[in-house]
Amino acid sequence: MADEMRILLRNYGKIDPLKIDDYLAQGGYKALEKAKAMSPADLIEEVKKANLRGRGGAGFNCGLKWSFAYQAQADQKYVVCNADEGEPGTYKDRLIMENDPQAVLEGMAICGYAIGASKGYIYCRGEYPQVVEILNEAIEQANAKGILPGFDVEVRMGAGAYVCGEETALIESLEGNRGEPRFKPPYPPNEGLWGKPTIVNNVETFANIPVIVERGADWFASVGAAAYPGTKIVTLTGDVNNTTFFEVPTDTTLREVIYHFGGGIPAGKKFKAVQVGGTSGAFIPEANLDTPIAFDSMSQIGAVLGSGAVFVLDESRDLVDVATQISKFFEHESCGKCAPCREGTMRLKDMMTKINQGQGTAKDTALIEKLGRVMSYSSLCGLGQAAPSPILSTLKHFSADYDAKMM
Amino acid sequence: MKLVDIIMQYKDQPGGLIEALHAIQKEYSYLPEDAILETARVFNKPASEVYGVARFYSMFSTTPRGKNVIRICESAPCHIAGAVEVIAALERELGIKIGESTQDGVFALEFTECVGQCQATPVITVNGKPYFDVNPTTITDILAEYK
Repeated sequence: MADEMRILLRNYGKIDPLKIDDYLAQGGYKALEKAKAMSPADLIEEVKKANLRGRGGAGFNCGLKWSFAYQAQADQKYVVCNADEGEPGTYKDRLIMENDPQAVLEGMAICGYAIGASKGYIYCRGEYPQVVEILNEAIEQANAKGILPGFDVEVRMGAGAYVCGEETALIESLEGNRGEPRFKPPYPPNEGLWGKPTIVNNVETFANIPVIVERGADWFASVGAAAYPGTKIVTLTGDVNNTTFFEVPTDTTLREVIYHFGGGIPAGKKFKAVQVGGTSGAFIPEANLDTPIAFDSMSQIGAVLGSGAVFVLDESRDLVDVATQISKFFEHESCGKCAPCREGTMRLKDMMTKINQGQGTAKDTALIEKLGRVMSYSSLCGLGQAAPSPILSTLKHFSADYDAKMM
Repeated sequence: MKLVDIIMQYKDQPGGLIEALHAIQKEYSYLPEDAILETARVFNKPASEVYGVARFYSMFSTTPRGKNVIRICESAPCHIAGAVEVIAALERELGIKIGESTQDGVFALEFTECVGQCQATPVITVNGKPYFDVNPTTITDILAEYK
């Protein structure tokens, strides 16, 4: 059976996160030194070859993304760390920032060197005020030691908007505006913060960078699933014995996550469903539990890896009730910029509430399926595109729960 | 600190508007209309734009509310862990409904989405500080810390 493999959480419990000397004693900032001895082009090639794919949920090749910003010509470029971790059931970025903030700064500084950016921002969600303090302290200590010459990092705090996890909405918020997503293209590596080339990467993505530089692309590419190498921090919630976190190679299966790491379902109950990737993910039935927790394998079963949140439900749970609660979430978090999402999330919530109260008919579920399909391809950003997924997947795999509530 | 001095600290910070609103709210527990108008003047933006930003983010309040803001998570992991009972207990204990403040101005009660502490559900926060594995019986002690 698989074991944990701590790459991202390599310093977890081993260092005092508020003492930079502890980080340095573990070999911290050696990777930045090594990176700076390489040419930016070679460095980007190495990251590309490692096949590190964005850990925020989109799974884009990180080195390739960097190469776009590297090629862009501009007087100023920016590195932005997406620490707006709002996907319900997820706290991996908080774990990394609370326990190893310097690793995030080192990853950002390496990116800054690679693309030619002298300024970095960490956009941390407003729900994590204690993390903001840790990050500010970490930056102060790094600056006091002169470890980040020519690279200035600032922390900005969000104010409670799930949509700001979307990179262009995040950029709008950094600029002091309403956090509404932009039309793409142009993409941020060409035109991002204040119109300048900008790399927005997730906390977990940046935390992988120093390890890749230190141990090499070939080593990283050999860990876990070939198409989505490395490790993933999974956070387990719901009906499992161990509601905690684990860092595992990406070829670990869902079954291993739930039964081996998670310790199975409490009180002798049977498994019913698991939602992976946070509240925007699909619900997965027992038949698909042997799927590895890698980007492409999850897509193949009509689900997403997303943030790596794993929300388990036992046989006693009513999926209509859970999906209704989730539909309220999306209605609340839709920013309102595009009609398919603004109107769609509201109608989904109305129809789900009606069904959940025992007032629904087959006509409602047919309408939900049609509306969900339209939203998935016509919404401006990932929020509206993914919002129907928990509902559509429960309709598909757990229709008995709906049938039981029909008028 | 005077209102204008709070705002002036962020005037020259690129994109500093949201940081300024955070700072005002820390002082007043909400964003008074005067403060929004003053912020608009300092940042040289229309008041409608500043108001639009303030209303966009769920952590900002444009109506007066209690000094200690209690937020209860209603995301799915907290929901199935019994958040509904915690909400009912909080409403009973404080004698107010979600979205209201106590008459003495000590507490405000609000919903929030996930606060990223899902290892110990249900979770509530008071002024941003998380409390874990909350249930109807532990609420009394938590509230007592702020009375």
